[in-house]
Amino acid sequence: MATAAATAGGVIVPAEARPSRSLWDNAWYKLRRDRLTIAASVTLVLLALLSILAPVFADNVFHYKFEQQDLFHTYEKPSFDPPAYLLGTDEVGRSQVVRLLFGGQVSLFVGFVAALVNFLVGVPVGLAAGYFRGPFDDFINWLITTLNGIPQIYLLLIIAALWQPGPLTLIAIIGLLNWTGITLYCRGQTISLREREYITSAHAIGATHARVIFKHILPNVLPLIFILAAIDVGGIVLLESALSFLGLGILPPTPSWGNMLTGGASYFVRAWWLVVSPGVMIFLTVLCLYLIGDGLRDALDPRLKTHESH
Amino acid sequence: MRNFLIRRALYAIPTLIGISIITFAIARLSPGDPIRLFTFGIKDFTQDDYLRLLHAYGLDKPIPLQYVDWLSNAVRLNFGESLIYHREAGTMILERLPNTLQLAVTALMLQLIIGVPLGVVAALRRGSWADGAIRVFGVAGHAVPAFWLGQVLIILFAIGLRWLPSQGMLTVGKDQLDLMDRLKHILLPAFVLALVGIANYSRILRTETLDVLGQDYIRTAHAKGLRERVVVYVHALRNSLIPVVTALGGILATLVGGALVIEQVFSWPGIGQFTFQAAIAKDYPIVQAGVMIASTLLVVSYVLRDLTYAIVDPRIKVA
Repeated sequence: MATAAATAGGVIVPAEARPSRSLWDNAWYKLRRDRLTIAASVTLVLLALLSILAPVFADNVFHYKFEQQDLFHTYEKPSFDPPAYLLGTDEVGRSQVVRLLFGGQVSLFVGFVAALVNFLVGVPVGLAAGYFRGPFDDFINWLITTLNGIPQIYLLLIIAALWQPGPLTLIAIIGLLNWTGITLYCRGQTISLREREYITSAHAIGATHARVIFKHILPNVLPLIFILAAIDVGGIVLLESALSFLGLGILPPTPSWGNMLTGGASYFVRAWWLVVSPGVMIFLTVLCLYLIGDGLRDALDPRLKTHESH
Repeated sequence: MRNFLIRRALYAIPTLIGISIITFAIARLSPGDPIRLFTFGIKDFTQDDYLRLLHAYGLDKPIPLQYVDWLSNAVRLNFGESLIYHREAGTMILERLPNTLQLAVTALMLQLIIGVPLGVVAALRRGSWADGAIRVFGVAGHAVPAFWLGQVLIILFAIGLRWLPSQGMLTVGKDQLDLMDRLKHILLPAFVLALVGIANYSRILRTETLDVLGQDYIRTAHAKGLRERVVVYVHALRNSLIPVVTALGGILATLVGGALVIEQVFSWPGIGQFTFQAAIAKDYPIVQAGVMIASTLLVVSYVLRDLTYAIVDPRIKVA
């Protein structure tokens, strides 16, 4: 009798004493063990810091302003001495490494802010279309099919050709055109969620539409949004560079990785390093963002476990 | 199946109408009055002349009516005269369409020939170094700016090694039908254009093959005593190839859109490069014709994609 009681007291723990773990706790647990994603995040943060602190580095490390020219030292090969020539100089003797840092400011700023605009448009529209269905959904569906029917780069370059490009116009253009993918995901997810029993029961106890959408549907769409966000920013950085390359994005003398490539392209026979370094920066940034997106997907999408187990 | 095709084609009509509205709006929103642009500098040009010209071109009608006029011309591929070349804009775009198609189809072939086997190999050798390398490539291929890769390859193969030409479709003055010459010219642009799709296909095929290999009917095939090769290539591959068709939608969009940038890098005389140059020069008839024809190409290929999908996967309901 006494031993049985002791076992009961010592081993059996009441269920509620076990710490509960949410989807986010699980995801964080998995992410911490995903070395590739951690490495990508660290690299991305470093790139962002280098860009944000570009003026500090320019003054204290390279002692060179980004607009500073030196016609006696054009097309200098990359060298450690002086530090400003780390990645060589361009056709008017500007320091490539300093311009790259400043260019990163523009490219990353456009990428992140335009992605934010995408989400501010795409998520509410997707939620509303998927939740309310009806004519509004039909209209949104038609609009998205139409926008997806036009090759995106055509649409972008025509609009960019009409309005004078600058960082803010570019953000507006990309932000207002690139939301369709996010809307489609949100809409699809919402449509499948609204038929679930827990939504019906929420309605049954008198929950308003707003409450159902924000309390019951949005939290379930949120993980997906985080995955999409990382990939979206990467796509926009690529898009910005392509538009700037075509002369319709950020205009010189403001450096962006895209327009530095265009500049370098004219001289690539004499100075190949001017072409290689901006491309590598774009590649690294986008690669990190896509890797983070992949890592988030693995961590947040429970259905993927089956793929990994067999 | 015929009904399915008809219905799917009918679904494309509202899309095409939407695209035509946007294309029409391009010219309406563009700064500058076309009559003033054309008559600029003409002496003793009165307000009366202006109004008569406005009427002659139908520009005094309400916007919706103007749209209907424009659309009825556009469906007959009549987009008006180019402001620069003074030739039919639609004809000029159509002349360049085969070049773009040639590039896009070659790129699509490369994607299938390279991307699909990569994905299958990665899945079959799961966890090996080959799998790792292919997975890294699957992400990295998406992250490379295509125009940059194009330039780097030009520096490498055209300027450095002098193996391949850097631009154009053929060597000027050479025989038009010189196949080797054409192949040499198309190799770099087609590969650069194909890269995203190759990466995409290798990823999709890897996931899908792993998925299929884990299914019961594969275990049954093994249990029957079939050889590994038969199980993989006859039983598994058939089903894992279905997403090749599903993914075609996104792939086609990147091919048609991406071609514009690639054509620009390699001076490939296709519709993308031509439309882009026209947009810079504000030659609106050409821009409208280019956007409309490129979009129609995309919408038609979406219909074909859905049709192929219905043929390949019998589980799709064909009503």
